Amino acid sequence: MDNKYTLTINGKKQEVTAPEDMPLLWVIRDLLSMKGTKFGCGQALCGACTVHLDDKAVRSCSMPISAVGNKKITTIEGLSKEGDHPLQKAWVEHVVPQCGYCQSGQIMQAAALLKENRTPSGSEIEAAMAGNLCRCGTYNRIKEAILTASKS
Amino acid sequence: MLPKLPFFKTKEPKNQSKVFIPSRREFLKISSLVTGGFVMGINFQCAGPKGEVITFAPNVYINISSDNVITLIAHRSEMGTGIRTTLPMIVADEMGAEWSKVKIAQAEGDEEKYGDQNTDGSYSIRMFYEPMRLAGGTARQMLQAAAAAKWGVDVSECSTENSQVLHSSGKKIKFGDLVADMGKMEIPKPESITLKEFSSYKLIGKDVMIYDAKDMSTGKAIYGADVDLPNMQIAVIRRSPVVGAKVISFNDEKAMAIPGVNRVVKIEGAGNPPGLDKPLEGVAVIADNTWAAMKGRDALEIEWDLGENQTYSSSKQLEEMLKSTTGDGKLRRERGDFKAAQRNAGKRIERTYLAPFYAHATIEPPAAIAHYQGDGICEIWAPTQHPQWARQAVADALNIDLYNVTVNVTLLGGGFGRKSKPDFVVEAALLSKAAKSPVRVQWTREDDLHHDFLHAQSAQRIKATLDKNGNLSGWNHHTVFPAIGATASATELHPSDGELGLGCIDFPFDVPNIRIESHESKAHTRIGWLRSVSNIHHSFATNCMLDELAEAKGEDPVDFLSGLLGEDKNLNFEGEIKGQFGNYGESIEKFPLNTGRLKRVIEIVAKEANWKNAVAEGKAMGFAAHKSFLTYVACIVRVEKGADGKLLIPEVFYAVDCGIGVNTDRIRSQFEGGAQFATSLAMTSAITLENGKVQQNNFDGYEIIRMPQSPKKIHVHIVESMEKPTGVGEPPVPPYIAALCNAMYKLTGERIYQLPFKA
Repeated sequence: MDNKYTLTINGKKQEVTAPEDMPLLWVIRDLLSMKGTKFGCGQALCGACTVHLDDKAVRSCSMPISAVGNKKITTIEGLSKEGDHPLQKAWVEHVVPQCGYCQSGQIMQAAALLKENRTPSGSEIEAAMAGNLCRCGTYNRIKEAILTASKS
Repeated sequence: MLPKLPFFKTKEPKNQSKVFIPSRREFLKISSLVTGGFVMGINFQCAGPKGEVITFAPNVYINISSDNVITLIAHRSEMGTGIRTTLPMIVADEMGAEWSKVKIAQAEGDEEKYGDQNTDGSYSIRMFYEPMRLAGGTARQMLQAAAAAKWGVDVSECSTENSQVLHSSGKKIKFGDLVADMGKMEIPKPESITLKEFSSYKLIGKDVMIYDAKDMSTGKAIYGADVDLPNMQIAVIRRSPVVGAKVISFNDEKAMAIPGVNRVVKIEGAGNPPGLDKPLEGVAVIADNTWAAMKGRDALEIEWDLGENQTYSSSKQLEEMLKSTTGDGKLRRERGDFKAAQRNAGKRIERTYLAPFYAHATIEPPAAIAHYQGDGICEIWAPTQHPQWARQAVADALNIDLYNVTVNVTLLGGGFGRKSKPDFVVEAALLSKAAKSPVRVQWTREDDLHHDFLHAQSAQRIKATLDKNGNLSGWNHHTVFPAIGATASATELHPSDGELGLGCIDFPFDVPNIRIESHESKAHTRIGWLRSVSNIHHSFATNCMLDELAEAKGEDPVDFLSGLLGEDKNLNFEGEIKGQFGNYGESIEKFPLNTGRLKRVIEIVAKEANWKNAVAEGKAMGFAAHKSFLTYVACIVRVEKGADGKLLIPEVFYAVDCGIGVNTDRIRSQFEGGAQFATSLAMTSAITLENGKVQQNNFDGYEIIRMPQSPKKIHVHIVESMEKPTGVGEPPVPPYIAALCNAMYKLTGERIYQLPFKA
């Protein structure tokens, strides 16, 4: 059964019609045509689809739209106005991306971490980022970029 | 017959270059990518060693607009190596363009225009370093000549910088202001182009930021599934669970009942052998959105004829493969008389090595978009490593003219060899035709792991002999793994010469008696190539065995390997290799295997890692060296047990000789990532098949390393060299696995003979 949902996404209210079990990922990608959030596994195992619900990182591939409620959604497109979030700047400074595909999810996960813990230690970063896979193997630069951003 | 694989092709281009002004049609096509202005195509006609025409004719398009915007065409696929940046960067440096303002446009798949676009085999830099410099040099010389004519000065007094021509008097003119004059000029002959001195390069040899870094950090970068077309539908496919299975019948009633599902279409597969560029048999659900298509796919009821592979067990086959290595195999290389060495040996050591099937598991699962427009015209958007193969496969599948297929190349969310194969692109094309609308085929992770072109599982047996003085006198390497070629031809039972040239028959050590043999095995699933291909298992076996032999001899493994390389010399294996020695598609004269270069990286890595002291202190460090894809690499890995008892890999040291290091930051990043990739292969990943079906479904069953397990400090020493540049995408992987295994032995006292190992 299709239902109407009003989502607050990147500060903007958006109406969508979707079945209640449609994962937020596909609402974002297919219905709202915002392509920065990526599909990787569909089972919350890789983190490529990470977005924020009320500033907390969630895996949008496994979050049915009916569970979103009134929580405000932030995607990579809404993390900063000019793409200049301290993490995004650090990502460029350290030239983190290789293929780049997982990096939206990595950055959203890292941004949620920094909201909670402004100055995470190396092992806190590792624990917080353990759910985000990078097949190119950019882990060390991700860690360095988070440390750089945490100092800015 | 083997398919067109990068490392089997002859690639000995003589740059018989000619420069031309593109035809009107090409101009219009290219102009749609850029804003107009002066467009130059530089066509490098190439010939093989015997003068035969080979498929290598890149046209490098340089566009200079009157408002001084320089647009360069990237014709190779970007999957994470940085090649989309590094090749245009070479052109820009040579021509004196202001790099920070250069724009890069991605070329569509077109062999006639761009030459070889098959981004594979670590050969983009190797093949295109010279042509790119020549392209930039041609543009520079024309710009200088145009400015000299305008000013009435001698061209030798002119130089270029920041997209301007400078005169020795201090006069300057922007490239864009010379566009009109250049259009009237003769294009200089390639032999009249003088390239810059290496020392005057501002980009080549430096750390250069990738062009897409910001887009990739802000969600703006466009990958395969990110292209939206009007009226596009989404397809998800239930493919044959066993390779070669055929659909007997299907019921789509429940699928069609799901809101959003519009159509169910059967796709015909090739059966057995499955082919390298054909879709698997399947039933596709085409819907308004991805979720509806996925649910529709789950609701399909299909009766399969599972065919001949339904009883296949990979573990059983691996046992049989291992058993087969006890007998004599097909001789692939011979030096001296191994059997005599065995008879006269002071000591004989025999070990076996097993490695599993591996999936590529790119984080972006395959996805492709096709728009069949009727009248035999089809346009594709796909994350493909090989747009020309995709173009050909689509033309063949739809039975339409190649020239009516356009393949637009998006960024690739990882490739590692998977996205060379155009099967998923063909699926999109077939379904777009059936649906009469643009279609995106979306693979799920389960689809990706179940239906990959896997890296073959392997069994190896190495018998070595030490003579009475304890010196290594004999090396007998048996290798068996299903060949890539078997995916296209069921009669391929042995690994090809090309596959054995990857770290097996090119054994570079001074051992007087060498005997290398292969054994038969059949492919029961699709076999493909994965980052460094059969170097993965060959280096694992060879380098672990050498470590053990050093120990048997009572010698430090670093000293042992350096000693075994003997005097500095070029090897050509003359008279020893039975069949062809591929040498990664290059002639052995142009790219010899130089033992001195391998010794040099060994020496450097030992120094960087402070090896001798570390070993004396009892640190658990392992070492290996391996040349692959014409790049020389030595690697040292250090391991320790963490407080929680889990394995830590605190440090990795690499020394690499890849000739001229063109973009040093991307060389380092390939090694950093290569170590992570290889850690997964060594420790966490394996695909198994039972009843012909892949047993792993997602990243819980097929694990790749996560940040906490990942190797920490990865030191990369790039050897300063003026040798011809060679690629670095694959070479980091092979030595790392063995170095890690050898380090594990130091830590635990137990040798590793089977991958993946648990720690």
